[in-house]
This record gives sequence, C-alpha cells and structure tokens, in this order.
Amino acid sequence: MARQMDQLIKPGMGRGLLDIYGDRFLLKLLVRKEIKIRYRGSVLGLMWSYVKPLMQFLIYFIALGIFLNLERGTPNYAIYLFSGIVLVNFFTESLSNATRSIVDNRDLIRKIYLPRELFPAATVWVSAAHFLPQLLVLIAACLVVGWTPSILQLLAAILIFAMMAVLATGLGLMFGAVNVYFRDSENIVDMIVMVVTWASPVLYVWTMVERVMGPWYWVYQLNPITTAVEVFHWAFWEPTLKADQMVSDTMPPDLLGFWLPVSLLISVAILFLGQLMFRRLSVHFAQEL
Amino acid sequence: MTSHGHVAISCIGVRKQFVLRHTRSLKEALVWLIKGRKGDLSKRFMALTDVSLEVKQGETVALLGLNGSGKSTLLKLISGVLQPDGGTVRTRGRVAGLIEVGAGFHHDLSGRDNVYLNGAILGMTEQQIDEMFDSIVEFSEIGEFIDTEVKFYSSGMYLRLAFSIAVHTDPEVFLIDEILAVGDEPFQRKCIAKIKELSAHGKTLFVVSHDLDLVSTVCERGVLLEHGEVIMDGEVHDVVAELRSRTAAA
Repeated sequence: MARQMDQLIKPGMGRGLLDIYGDRFLLKLLVRKEIKIRYRGSVLGLMWSYVKPLMQFLIYFIALGIFLNLERGTPNYAIYLFSGIVLVNFFTESLSNATRSIVDNRDLIRKIYLPRELFPAATVWVSAAHFLPQLLVLIAACLVVGWTPSILQLLAAILIFAMMAVLATGLGLMFGAVNVYFRDSENIVDMIVMVVTWASPVLYVWTMVERVMGPWYWVYQLNPITTAVEVFHWAFWEPTLKADQMVSDTMPPDLLGFWLPVSLLISVAILFLGQLMFRRLSVHFAQEL
Repeated sequence: MTSHGHVAISCIGVRKQFVLRHTRSLKEALVWLIKGRKGDLSKRFMALTDVSLEVKQGETVALLGLNGSGKSTLLKLISGVLQPDGGTVRTRGRVAGLIEVGAGFHHDLSGRDNVYLNGAILGMTEQQIDEMFDSIVEFSEIGEFIDTEVKFYSSGMYLRLAFSIAVHTDPEVFLIDEILAVGDEPFQRKCIAKIKELSAHGKTLFVVSHDLDLVSTVCERGVLLEHGEVIMDGEVHDVVAELRSRTAAA
C-alpha cells in the first residue's frame, strides 16, 4: 500500500493469476455467492450435488455394466466407474462454468476494474466445493467394499485433483477469454465436455483401447485426463480388489513414472498459455462485452 | 497524509477508439479472412482524440460536456476498466469509482452479504468492512432490512445501500459518475454533505454530472470536453458558463 502511495501507476494492469492471492478475500466471497445462489429456491439445495452424479452413475452402471456386461470383466466395476465419473465431472463443470464466467459477469467487468482472472478461478473453486461431497460418497463406497490404499496412492489422488484444477483453469482462461469475442467458444466447450467422458477410460478399461489402437496407443495416453482417470483408478479402485479378484493390467505401463509427469507438464503448460492468452485478450474485455 | 501538490491523476495524450464490431460469430470472421479481408468488419469511432490532463491530490474536478463527449470513457480509463489506445493514464493511490453504484450487487443475496461482496469488489479488506459495517448500515438508513434479500428492496433503498458502501471504501481518488441523483431530497443532501466532507479530508474528487448547479457547489475546477477533446480547463463557474453559452448558441 505504501509503495502504491508514492508512485504513479497505470490503472488496470494486473499481474494475472498472481493477483488472486492478494484478493483471496474477494475470491472467497465470490465462491460463497456462487454456492449460495446455485440452488436458490430449490427444496433439496446442495443435495442436488449428490443426486445428479448418482443418477448419472446409475445410468452408466445399468446400461454399460449390466446390459453390455462390462461388470463381468472388471471386478468392483461400480467403484471403477464412480471414481472416474466424479473426477471427470469436476473437470467438465469447472471448464464449462469458467468459459461462461467472463460473459456472465459482464455487468461487473464493464464497470469496475478487478483482476478478471478471479471469475474463472472462482468457478473452479465452486466446482471443487461440489466435488467434495461426491468424493465423500466415493470414499464411503470404497470403505464398504474394503479399501486399503497406501499413503502414496492417497498423495497421488490429491496431486491428480490439483492437476485437474490447473488444467481446467488453464483451458477455462483460454475459452473464457475467447468467448468474449466469439460466443462459439462456449459451444466448442460443450462439445469438449461431451467427448471427455468417452475419450478417457471412465466407462471402459484402457486395454480395450490398446487392442484397437495398437502402436498408436500413446496418442490416447497423451490426454492428461486419461492419465488422471487412470491414477484415480489406481488410488481408489485398485486397493479395493481382493487377492482373488486381481486383474493383470490394472494400469498401463509407465503410468506413474512417465505419463504422470508428462500430464503434469502439459497441464502446467496449458495454464501458462491460458494465462498468456487471457492477458492479451482481457485488455479489451470492457468494450467488447 | 495527503500533500496538495502531488499528481493524483495524470493523462498524457490519451486516445481511445471504439471498434463497433458487426459480427459476433466465428463463421463470419473466417469467411471474411478467406475472402482476403475484403471490406471492413467493423466501424471505428473516436471517443477521445488527444486528452492531456493532470489532477493534483486534493483537487475537486468536474468533468463537463454534452452527451457523447467522452466523459464516461475518460472516467473508465482512469478507473482501469478500459485501456487507452494511445498515450498514458496513470494514477496514484487507490482509485474507487462511484460509477454506476450497485454493479456488484446480487439480487438473491441479503443486504449484509452484498455489503461484504461489494465492499471487497471496491477493494476493501475483510477487517475494514467489519469495522465500517455499522457505519455503512447507519448511513444507508436500511436498518432492520439489512438481512433481507436485496431483490425486495425499493429502488431508493438499493441505491442508498450501494452509495453508502461506495463512500465508505475510503480511496485516495474518488470517481463519481452521475451518482448525485440518488434517492430522495434529504438523502441527496446527505450525499452531497458526505462528498464535501471527503474533499475537506483532502480526497481527490473527479465528478461527471449534468447537474451544473450541483457540480459548481461541490467542485473547484472544471474541465470541458467536446467530441473527445479538452476545450476548456479552469475555474468551475467559468467552465459552466462557457458550456451554458455553447448550448444556448446551438
């Protein structure tokens, strides 16, 4: 503050995501506001955050697990399915809300200068708040069938959660900024969201993909969400398997040693790229909205 | 401590151009690119051509001009919402705007939640809001309705609360855009008294208003804008007289 007092500064020049740390009180209020108004006027309120993913889970479980019989080849298929669904839901919800966040907050952005990165960042936090109850359901289910994770597996799950947040923030900054200029952006994101669940091994197992893609399997594995889902399976699903249920290829080779670092790198790179694009485009947000 | 004499706002050769884009779809933009960028997708409009202006700490400046002369654009450049296309805008200390009060209000939140949210948006810390809270509610005359959702407020209550938050943010530089028309007569008087009090405390005021009599009582200095250019800068009464004679002639 004292530094600002004695020099002239150019207004409206933020330091991007770094500013959010200084404005964390405002971030907290924005997140709280979103959570409060999300389910306003509804009887079930936050319960909808449980009901919707459970419904989604049931549909997949009945259609794929029972009708298409995926349950046969994959022991504890319910856990396998649900651990992937909650993670992908966190990502898709973050991304699609972050993309809309700038346009949705146009009234504020046009009138008052704030670090604009706050809005996409806040939506990711809101999604995290919805992810948490789902995670609790997942953990409860895991414990029921006998879950014995190692410390390493728990740490990996936390790391993957952080990685998904980084990836969603990065892509959210990109698509959110472009959305100001071209509203096509949110439709593209809707499409990405649709594809994401199927483009990673949430509903099926990775060996099915490898059988089809053969030497090109690495292309599939390059998707950070694929790695994230597989590590989540390793942390939540694998430790629930009994000795007699062991499946030989629960994880693709080199998942932790090679693909995890690669995915982390890709996610961080996307965050940087997103921030760069966002800064370039945010200069004219107020007049384009 | 504010020393009269330091520059609070400095604009040097500021230029701002608006692009009126006709299209909002990727398809049209692509077609335009493929056709070799023929024709113009957009129309340009100069809002500010070459504005240089310096405001010292503690000064009270009225920005005058007819509709479309670029007053609000200049205010937005100073607040940082817009960035200039040419020249530089610089400010010293925290700048807060009473620009369209209540922009940060959310209808489904209570008055209390909105005080915190809006206060934080205007740059207050949690501690500052805690300290100021009672004073904000008292000034707004909202009283017991503070825990009611804002959507049930009358428009007067809404504006009073928003104004009250804004004047309690305590920045060094105040930007005020057409806000003095808030609420009923008694509240308006209270607002003007508050604004005068702020300027007595050495705050820099930068006011945009069409109420010429009012700005001449609040401000010392007047700046007249026309078609994005400063055409007069001097004592507020002289500038008001000049604007009046110009409008009478037109």
